[in-house]
Amino acid sequence: MRHLLSAADLSRAEAIEILDTAATMAATQSREIKKLPALRGRAVVNLFFEDSTRTRISFEAAAKRLSADVINFSAKGSSVSKGESLKDTAQTLQAMGADAVVIRHDASGAPQRLATSGWIDAPVINAGDGKHQHPTQALLDAYTIRRHLVADRTGAGLDGLRVAVVGDVLHSRVARSNVDLLHTLGAEVTLVAPPTLVPVGVETWPCQVCYDLDATLDEHTPDAVMMLRVQRERMSAAGGGFFPSAAEYSRRYGLDAARLSRLAEHTIVMHPGPMNRGLEISAQAADSPRSTVVEQVANGVAVRMAVLYLLLAGTDEGTHP
Amino acid sequence: MNSGAQPTVVLSGDDIHRALTRIAHEILERNKGAADVLLLGIPTRGVPLAARLGTRILAAEGRPDSDLDQLVGTIDVTMYRDDLRRNPTRALEPTRIPASGLQEKVVVLVDDVLYSGRTVRAALDAVSEIGRPRAVQLAVLVDRGHRELPIRADFIGKNLPTSREERVSVQLTELDGTDAVVLS
Repeated sequence: MRHLLSAADLSRAEAIEILDTAATMAATQSREIKKLPALRGRAVVNLFFEDSTRTRISFEAAAKRLSADVINFSAKGSSVSKGESLKDTAQTLQAMGADAVVIRHDASGAPQRLATSGWIDAPVINAGDGKHQHPTQALLDAYTIRRHLVADRTGAGLDGLRVAVVGDVLHSRVARSNVDLLHTLGAEVTLVAPPTLVPVGVETWPCQVCYDLDATLDEHTPDAVMMLRVQRERMSAAGGGFFPSAAEYSRRYGLDAARLSRLAEHTIVMHPGPMNRGLEISAQAADSPRSTVVEQVANGVAVRMAVLYLLLAGTDEGTHP
Repeated sequence: MNSGAQPTVVLSGDDIHRALTRIAHEILERNKGAADVLLLGIPTRGVPLAARLGTRILAAEGRPDSDLDQLVGTIDVTMYRDDLRRNPTRALEPTRIPASGLQEKVVVLVDDVLYSGRTVRAALDAVSEIGRPRAVQLAVLVDRGHRELPIRADFIGKNLPTSREERVSVQLTELDGTDAVVLS
């Protein structure tokens, strides 16, 4: 593994190695001194062309906990707003000696371009590109599911677990990454969304698709329900014609108190954040004991520490096989 | 590797057994009992060695085997190594510290082979980030020389003069199915 660009690139063994490493990282985070010296003297650049708070600070926290230096680069107010190309930005970072680049970009495929173009030698980590992939989010979701629903965790996948991914699949890189990774780890994924929010070509994905949330909850009895954020910023004001009204969306696809009470006792409720309370998830569901929303944030730091460690710890030229 | 050299068994299973029994008693003698002692095994082979020393110490002190979790832990030193960047990425092992913590304890680090001393240096760093023991001691099954750092062991199973080209491989029943130290 040289870069982390897509959850689909990960083999089952690689994914489990990341989850196991994340578990070890998480165990160190309850110590008095949380910082580990593994990446001392390495520079990690957070290259964010799209607004993000939680992913950026999660990567920043992960890099700092491993003693790396963090350089934050956001497109707003930078050379990019003056018209600099991705290539020139990349070469600038290369010249400054970046040891790893964490990139978020609104264009799908920008991380691949950065990783494969030869502009930069450092490992590239995709922190979300357009509507394409967000692999570390999928890894932290898989880690959260494994922590709650798999008894003998170390070295284990998610075999036989049923996961429902509900909501705005069309605009969601989280959904795409999760379908890929959860399938690789042996889970059965069902996407639940109104037909307008299901992307073209979904029949080639390794998952089922259902348009009825109630039917899925009753017939599929998921072990984990992952609510997706309705990405209003990618739609026009009234829902952009994807659904008639927010109220109707919420009635048919929102996780309200009634649906929450029908879940099996062990079922967990997940959300990648930020939540639209009252739209895709009710306050009862978001604040219920089965909600893992806050824990997902903590797990995100551990998973990103694992990814940075595995990509960066042994990369001196010549000795790496 | 020393081409053409036959692998020689330098410690048999019985030798290892006797050496560990002696080290267990030396630890008790030096520390006047095991009341404040914590044994921390360094993965991979330090972990079963620490457990074996722990069992012997408990038996000698007349304490029940159930106290083993309070006496023995493991400490992963991977992230504290100075050669992280020169080798392929190593998998991390769990660190388990007994509930009492390290504060004011006598920590005995346990490893299979003492060679350059770099693993022990990393372990000292790892220990100091978890707590401040009253003292740190080192127990190893084999000391093969060639130190690159000013580090020495307090308890040694066997001093084994070697050349740098030779390979010392410690095999333990828990991991390898047999007990032996082989020089090749």
